[in-house]
Formats: sequence, structure tokens, C-alpha cells
Amino acid sequence: MSGASTGRREFLLRAGGSAGLAWLGAQWPSIVAAAEHAHQAVKSTTPVKFQVLTPAQARDVEAIAAQIIPTDDLPGAREAGVVYFIDQALKTFASDTVATYQKGLAELNSLTTSNYPGVKQFADANNAQQQALLHEISDEVKSHDVGGRRRPQTAASNDFFQTVWQHTIFGFLVDPSGGGNREFAGWKVIGRDPEHSFAPPFGFYDKDYPGWQKAMEAEEKK
Amino acid sequence: MSQSRVSYKTSDEVDFVIIGSGAAGGVMAKELSTNGFRVVVLEQGPYLTEADFSHNEIDVVFNHQLTNNPKFQPTTFRKAEQDKAQKQYSVMYGRCVGGSSVHFTANFWRLHEIDFLERTKVGDVPGASLVDWPIRYEDLEPYYTKVEWECGVSGLAGASPFDPPRSKPYPMPPLPVKGSGVIFERAAKKLGYHPFPAPMAILSQPRPGRSACVNCGFCLGFGCEVKAKSTALSAMIPLAEATGRCEIRSNCYVYRIETDKTGRAVGAVYFDAKKNSHLQKAKAVVVCANGAETPRLLLLSKSAQFPNGLANSSGLVGKYLMPNSGAIVFATFDEPLNDYKGFAVSRIFHDFYEMDVKKTGIYGGGGLDARFDLTPITFALGALPPDTPKWGSGFKKALNQNFTRTMEIFCHGTSLAVETNSFSLDPDVKDAWGLPALRMTFRDHPNDLKLSEWMKNRALEILDAAGAKAKWSGPIQEQQFAVHLLGTCRMGNDSKTAVINTDHRAHDVKNLFLCDGSSMVTSGRGQPTMTIQALAFRAADRITALAKRGEIG
Repeated sequence: MSGASTGRREFLLRAGGSAGLAWLGAQWPSIVAAAEHAHQAVKSTTPVKFQVLTPAQARDVEAIAAQIIPTDDLPGAREAGVVYFIDQALKTFASDTVATYQKGLAELNSLTTSNYPGVKQFADANNAQQQALLHEISDEVKSHDVGGRRRPQTAASNDFFQTVWQHTIFGFLVDPSGGGNREFAGWKVIGRDPEHSFAPPFGFYDKDYPGWQKAMEAEEKK
Repeated sequence: MSQSRVSYKTSDEVDFVIIGSGAAGGVMAKELSTNGFRVVVLEQGPYLTEADFSHNEIDVVFNHQLTNNPKFQPTTFRKAEQDKAQKQYSVMYGRCVGGSSVHFTANFWRLHEIDFLERTKVGDVPGASLVDWPIRYEDLEPYYTKVEWECGVSGLAGASPFDPPRSKPYPMPPLPVKGSGVIFERAAKKLGYHPFPAPMAILSQPRPGRSACVNCGFCLGFGCEVKAKSTALSAMIPLAEATGRCEIRSNCYVYRIETDKTGRAVGAVYFDAKKNSHLQKAKAVVVCANGAETPRLLLLSKSAQFPNGLANSSGLVGKYLMPNSGAIVFATFDEPLNDYKGFAVSRIFHDFYEMDVKKTGIYGGGGLDARFDLTPITFALGALPPDTPKWGSGFKKALNQNFTRTMEIFCHGTSLAVETNSFSLDPDVKDAWGLPALRMTFRDHPNDLKLSEWMKNRALEILDAAGAKAKWSGPIQEQQFAVHLLGTCRMGNDSKTAVINTDHRAHDVKNLFLCDGSSMVTSGRGQPTMTIQALAFRAADRITALAKRGEIG
């Protein structure tokens, strides 16, 4: 997991470098502290065993997450270590959703057994069965607010699928210092460069930009 | 961690106690301490620095590291005064040293002349309490310039034909253009508009002790680790502390302004981190707690002498809340913009700053900006096209295709002042300290919804002209969430129709001053922080003059 901390440390060092020595002198201890903190965070969130979920529950959660963001030629929730992130979340900031998980997983498994006799738990169902089951419980997933003013959504939700859905996205896309997005799996999928320091041009449309004055003159001529 | 070189005893009667360390409080602290006064700043949030900031979206955005946490400080909301307010996360503000300036977008627009005398120009607007400011653009211009030079604002003077007059150019050139800016600029120009480089409170060139922007891409919502964002924390607080006369006392939640028998403020009462109560004595009190917490604090400070709340003989404390109107339009393009790199906004235009009422039937006006202000998680949760599958391979494909190819046009506009739109004390809900929760009562004036709809349609036209692959937006709806907290202790010459005078002094209390978004008489067209800071620089001058003449005591 050294990639994450390296990227971040480099960001901090480069950032310091661009400001000159005075800034570096004043900020050096805090820069080092921040980089080390990030490094520790990444290390410490690689768990040896699950802390909240039972191994069977972890298999189910991982299977749900892998349906939400499947693996194809690019990594999915599985490769990003989402289930480890969720287990850690349930111990920390999302501890108020443990009951939602316990109840939701139990209900999902009774639905699994009743729909597919002989299949003991969700993780054991085949791909088509898993998708059918999730469609059944996810009908109520509300579409998020895309218009008007955005507001940060609260981490907690009573709806089981909605909760797992949000936690899966958290675990897939969070900066690795937050304990998910292993080896930048999620950022690879969305195309976010793991660096934290960039110079223009940033993309296709600004690469030939001639500068504001010239752009204005060019437009005038048209 | 505090760098304060001085600490005062609560029993020391300092010259000023300032409540809040944000956009206004930071300026006030720096100015008053530089002018020789002994100052204590009480900040309810923690004292975080660059070492505490991170790119962890969960801590910062979802677990409210830098902002008020509704778990401990619940808010309530209702649309009309006859309704019972329900618990709802309806207000967001910075809760750390530096306040909301720590996490803001850093769009720094000046108000224009029209904002100060719109009532005279357009007349009465039915259903609104539109009035002129008691000051004019010319009064504030020197202070806008001061903000630009002292805090650090990048931009290009004279680039917009709609800009108000200015006495000095910007201290540094604009930030680099982003893909969203180029796309917006070309299309807007094609349609006859006048796009220009956005003025931003982010350094394009380093300053002593501060780095230029490194385009890390975690900007809106996050603290800047390299001090490129010109926040109260990076630009003002260090100068205040360097005077040796200003103490920044964090984790101090002020819940009462104490007054004596003569009706004079004697200090601020606060809970420390352990919830122990203290009274910091001061010769004068300056409240810069934001447009929600300032009126709340005045209402909490009621006494036998001030039964409706402190400084509230007008009954207007908390009223005329204006959160600004607006709309967001999304679009995707064929090629990667990689707009996640860098700050949020690089191009804007102000062609709609003054709407033609006769032609459109719409009052006020607005501005449009081209931006990408999303980080990976907020993008995945809120910025995919509405027809995208919510999970599975279609969802993943959209994440894969769209993150680098999406941009937004954000429309910002007027909120008209309406007396029934307000912050008040909830009669039932309490916060974790046992204090009445903040209650928001709000319904947009119909004009503002019309304006938002109108601007949204212009933004969609621009994206058409730009050749967007797809574009979408949600319906314009009545707002139930405010981040621009404006107008709730308005400035005016008449104590019956305003809470503070042009010196920011409360009409009812001689040694009490209020300065933040609450002071604003009209909402501008969005981006209020620049004005809040200019007001604070001006107020500090006025307060200093009063104090030096012995007229506060």
C-alpha cells in the first residue's frame, strides 16, 4: 500500500517546493507529520481479520459490493478492498448502521433461500440469481439529487441496499488514506491520476488554448 | 494548534472580544489587533492547520470535519411561519478557525453599483422587502481592493465590460484556464456573451509563507494544505497572532452576550471544550458568527431589558434571510477535460447581472460560471446522468466514461429579501449543549425561482452551442438548504427598520458590533465572501475610529 502514501508525500513535498525555502522551513514539521499520518492510516487499515462482520457476512457484503461495481477488464469493488473498508466503517463512523447490516443481511438470506431453495446465502447464489435478488431489494433506491443545489448526503441511511450502495462507493473511491480504494483501483476506473499536484494543460480542450487575450482576438476575427 | 503569542484571562477586560474567526472575524481580528487593540477571538470549532487537512472525502465532506455537524447541532426547517419545523439538515457553515473560508470555492466577485441601490432603480417588488443599502459601491471600493491585495485574489482587471470601477488591478494574474473554462468561453462568446477569467481567492503566484495553487483537485469542501486558498486562516489569522495582542481561543462555543444594567455589553459567555462556562470580559463585543449564528446568539441573549433578544427592538434580528438562488447544469463531452485537476472555476460571465425587468419580468440578476467542483465520491453520488443505472456494469461504465468528461455550469443569482424568511430559535429541538436549535423558515420569492429557471435555460443553450454530448439538470425547486447566510441583521440608518448602522454598531447597544453575511441588505448575485470581507475591513476602520475617539466605552 505504499503507493498511496508516496503519492501524498510527493504532493506535499512538491507543494512545499513550489513555495520556496521560507515556506518549507516554517512548514517542514507539519508536512512530515501529515505525510506520515497518511502513511500510517493506509497501513493500519489493512486488516488481518474482520472486526464487525462475521466471515459469512463479509462474503455476502463483498458479493453485494461486487454486484454494485463488478470486476471486468478494470478492477471492481472486490479489488478495491471495499469489504474491508466497510468492516472498518462499521466499527467507526458508520457504527450506527450495524443494525441495518445485521437485519438487512438476514432478510436478504431468507429471501435467497426462499427464492432459490438449497442456496444457503447470497454469496453462494450465481450471478443471475444475485442480480435478481438485488433488483428485488433495490427498487426503492432513490435517485440522488442532480439538480438544484447539491447537499452532502449523510452517511447513515435506514435502507439496507442504499447503505451498502453508498458505503461501496465510499470504499471504492475514497483517497486511500481513508482506508479504501486499494492500489487506487477505484481511481483507475474513473481515470483520476493518483498524483495530488498537476500543471496545465489538464485535458483535451485546454491544450491549445492561446491565452485569454489571444483567444478574444481570435473570436473577434471570426 | 494555536500560534497565539498571548493569552488573556477571562477576567481581563480586553478591548474587543470577537465571536467567530471566519471571513469577517479573521479580518476583524487582524485589523483591530494591528491597530493596537487587545483582542480575544472565540471560535466554536477547532484550530486546524495544514497538517490536519486531508483528501479523505469521508472525514471532510460526509463526517463534517470542517463544518457544523447536524448530529451535535441539529437544525430544523419549515416553509412557512404557521408550520411546525421538522428536524432537517438545512444550514451548513464552517466550524473551525477560518470558518467557511476554509472550505469555500473561492469565487470572489465584488458587488456592482446596482446591488446597493436596486430599490431606487427598479422600485417596489411585490412580496419582497427590497431596500437600498445605506452605503454605496464607492464606499466599499477601497475595501474590495484591500481584500484583493491583503488576502490575495487572482484575476484580470478590465476583462469584463460589466465590472464596476476599481482603483487598482488585481495583485496577480488569473489562475490557468481549465477545459470547462475553454468550452464555456468559446460557446458563450459565440452566443454574444462576455466571458472572462474568474476572479478567485486562490494564489496564482506564491506569497511569503504561502504556495501558489498546485491544482491538487480537492478544493471546494476541503482545507488547502499549501495555503494557496486565501482563507481567513491562511491570510489573516497569522497576521493577527503576530501582533502579540490577539488570542485565538478555539473550541469555545459562545451562547450568550452578557449585558449590564445600563444595557451595555460586558462580554461573551461560552462553553469551553469540556462544557465549562466562562465569561470573557471586554470593552466591546464584535459578532462575526455568520448569518445564522449571529442572529441566533442575539436571540439567545435575551434578558429582562432585552425581552425579544439583544439588539432586537426592531424585531428584525434573524429576518430577511437570503441564501442566493441558482441552478446547476451538467454536461459531458467526447474528449477528456480532466477537470478534476485544479480549483473549481476558471471562467465566468456577468451579462445577466442586471436583468431587464420590462423585457423578462424578472428582477435582480445573476452570473454563470464554468466549473468542476466534484471529488470522486461526490461525483459518483451526484453527477451522473439521470438515466444511468444505479449499480452494475452500466453504473461502472458511466463512472469510467464520465468522470474525466463532465463539467458543470453553475448559475448564481439574486435572493430577494422576504420578511418571513428567517433564522430563529426552535422551541423544542436542542443541541448537544442544551441550547435551542437553529430554525430556518424559508420559501423562495417566486421571482427567484423564475430567475433560476431562466438562467438554467441560458446555460443549457451554451452547452448546446458548445456541442455537448449530453446535458442535464434537475427541476428548479424551492430551496431547503442554505450555505450563503445573508441579510439576517441588516444594515440601515433607521433603528426601526434595521439592526445595525453604517458603522456596524447595533442600534440598541452602543458597544456591540455585528459584521458578517447578516449585515448585507441585498444578496448580490452570489459569491458573498468577497463582500463580507470588504465590509469587515471597512467596519474595522469605523470601529477603530470610534474607539480612538472614546465613543465606544
